[in-house]
Amino acid sequence: MHTMKEAAGFHFKTYLLIAFIAVFAPLGNVLLGKGMQNVGSAKDWAPREVLQILGRIVTSGYIWLGIASLLTFFVAYMLVLTWADYSYVQPSSSFAYAVTGLLSYFLLGEAISPLRWLGIAVICVGVFVVGHTPPRTTERA
Amino acid sequence: MREFLFLTLLVISGTGGELCVTHAMKQIGEVHDFRPRALVQFILRALRVGWMWLGIAMMALAFFSLLAMLSFENVSFVVPVTALSYAAGAVGAAVFLRERISPQRWFGVAIVCVGVTIVWLSHR
Repeated sequence: MHTMKEAAGFHFKTYLLIAFIAVFAPLGNVLLGKGMQNVGSAKDWAPREVLQILGRIVTSGYIWLGIASLLTFFVAYMLVLTWADYSYVQPSSSFAYAVTGLLSYFLLGEAISPLRWLGIAVICVGVFVVGHTPPRTTERA
Repeated sequence: MREFLFLTLLVISGTGGELCVTHAMKQIGEVHDFRPRALVQFILRALRVGWMWLGIAMMALAFFSLLAMLSFENVSFVVPVTALSYAAGAVGAAVFLRERISPQRWFGVAIVCVGVTIVWLSHR
């Protein structure tokens, strides 16, 4: 009974962290995108203009939120890899591309054409296939 | 044109950075002890490897290239096309780290490349 409880807790912990991975990586990118929309792009890439843009980047709340979100993803990814197999965890990053599309559409209001959705879906399949291969192909040193 | 330049910079510096960090980590060896003190010692050991610093510098360049792309392109375009890193990673791992890439992994990389091409065409 005790072991079953432990197993259920183990699965819950794994699924929770995989959900964190699938949400926080895309959310981080979307927040960085929102931040950079506010910061604006360089016109002539003159050193002074680039410095001004760097100043706006480091004072942007969205950029820092994006970095915090990406750090959360990274910590969750590292944590789950300490007990779960890489080949089990890695395919979850394939869903991140679809979640990025959804968040871009719903949070940033980006217009995404059917062709782009198709491309995103194909990328998800490709990343999933890559993730279903053995993580180690070289002999141990 | 500029999106192509920044994507190239992002993929090459990002993948190059990961390869450098991997090379550094392989020099340091596998981690078996996860106690805080051992982890701090591990990080200090990692920071003494030159490849690690080169990797960090390249990853920083990749991050700023990502920010530059996001300043003039949509997130739904930029993030999917960065999946091209899977192709660069597989080629880099095979050439520089002498890893054997299975046919299945090459197949997955090929699918990713098709997807990136479709997303790129959706931009036109």
